[in-house]
Amino acid sequence: MTKPDNGQEIKPGWKTLPEGDVLEAGTAAEFKTGSWRLEKPVWDEEKCIQCMFCWINCPDAAIILKDGKVSGVNYDHCKGCGICAKECPPKASALKMEK
Amino acid sequence: MTTATQKTLVAKTGNEAMSEAMRQINPDVVAAYPITPSTEIVQIFSQFAADGLVKTEFVPVESEHSAMSACIGASAAGARAMTATSSQGFALMWEMLYVAAGLRLPIVMSVVNRALSAPLNIHGDHSDTMGARDAGWIQIYSENSQEAYDNLIQAVRIAEDDRVKLPAMVMTDGFIISHCMEAIELLPDAEARKFIGEYRPERYLLDVKNPYTLGAVDLQDYYFEHRRQLAAAMERAALVITEVAADFKNNFGREYGFFESYKMSDAEIAIVAIGSACGTAKTVVDDLRTRGIKAGLLKIRVYRPFPWKEIVSAIKHLKAVAILDRADSANAFGPPLFSDITSALYLSGVRVPAVSYVYGLGGRDITPEHIEDVYEEISAVSKSGAAPAKLFNYVNLRE
Ligand code: SF4
Ligand code: SF4
Repeated sequence: MTKPDNGQEIKPGWKTLPEGDVLEAGTAAEFKTGSWRLEKPVWDEEKCIQCMFCWINCPDAAIILKDGKVSGVNYDHCKGCGICAKECPPKASALKMEK
Repeated sequence: MTTATQKTLVAKTGNEAMSEAMRQINPDVVAAYPITPSTEIVQIFSQFAADGLVKTEFVPVESEHSAMSACIGASAAGARAMTATSSQGFALMWEMLYVAAGLRLPIVMSVVNRALSAPLNIHGDHSDTMGARDAGWIQIYSENSQEAYDNLIQAVRIAEDDRVKLPAMVMTDGFIISHCMEAIELLPDAEARKFIGEYRPERYLLDVKNPYTLGAVDLQDYYFEHRRQLAAAMERAALVITEVAADFKNNFGREYGFFESYKMSDAEIAIVAIGSACGTAKTVVDDLRTRGIKAGLLKIRVYRPFPWKEIVSAIKHLKAVAILDRADSANAFGPPLFSDITSALYLSGVRVPAVSYVYGLGGRDITPEHIEDVYEEISAVSKSGAAPAKLFNYVNLRE
């Protein structure tokens, strides 16, 4: 898909579109899907013990990793499912769901 | 005349012939669930897999929906995938048939045609696959075991061709062909495998160095374009089918086309039909010819893509035509083959009186006498020049 100067997207016709419902990989990163979240997880850097439980369990890859360390939540993709907060060890309790 | 050497003439049922073809095709994955009358195809093949005669990963799944789903997953991953089914099993695959076609996965399936319930019936008619005539699958029908074997081998090459990339189903008539033993010629393994070739997909999901997304949600802005591509692939399949048939003839001598024209060139009346009934009809044509009646037969082999222009050219000189369907559409109009051919005639501006005959539902016999009656009826139509008194007829049905 190309974007001319006026910013309007030009979509390919059936003769040029890749066949068989094939898309390039990783396009979900550009598609923001966090808008319908009801609750959001709030991360507390002080309490975090860097166990990575939240990162490995998040179904939307919305836990942000920087230099191998958890560093926050990507609210453009987080759906607010609460799995990360549930998995965060009770002793740390570094992720809390808020309205 | 054949050019290949060491071909063997063997006694095989339709099911055995198809499992032999599968052995030579050597698919990467076969996922299947048993159902009468196609069970044997996969049963025999699973023995080939157990004996190490093929490199196939055999997946005994819990239903036909799963069988087609597993084939779709395997094919998307880059494997040559095959299965076999009949009737209710075919119906259970329904949802996934469209997914296989829409994702353009060249899965090849043997279907042994059988009536659909209810009432319960395990015998042969074309109701099952006729329902899926617009699912985006190539459909090739066989008259006998030899054709079933040859068609299955050709189907793999047609489906996998880069210009096509469509799933294909190859049919035989339940019990009449699937369980009936005939002498057929098998190709030597090496020659069959050379003809079929290796499957080399352009892209496949297990190619981890070139990741891509398959089957994303399409909605209003792309779905229509993808469906148009499916239609275009079906148009291109017609050319590939003729190329593969020509190569098959060059290598092995047996000739195939969209259909077989039997004594059609000077025919005045003809039957158009699909499957095993055509073998019976040929003997009737021979018999009528000895009595000076110019009868012919057009046996449809490729039903999807529908070779409408070619069919019109083959029948346009007739004085009357009977179109025989082994399926009824229960649509208060006409059955599938009749509807397709009559609209093709209309669009081509050709006026040949056409009469519909539904026959053989649930495995009901159709004998030479029944077929002769049909020829007599359309002979009367051809002479009167008037529209047939009765357009929609049922053969060998109790009133
Ligand atoms: S709430 Fe759910 S989606 Fe959001 S970061 Fe936590 S696990 Fe991921
Ligand atoms: S689960 Fe909790 S403690 Fe573990 S890394 Fe995530 S936020 Fe930190």
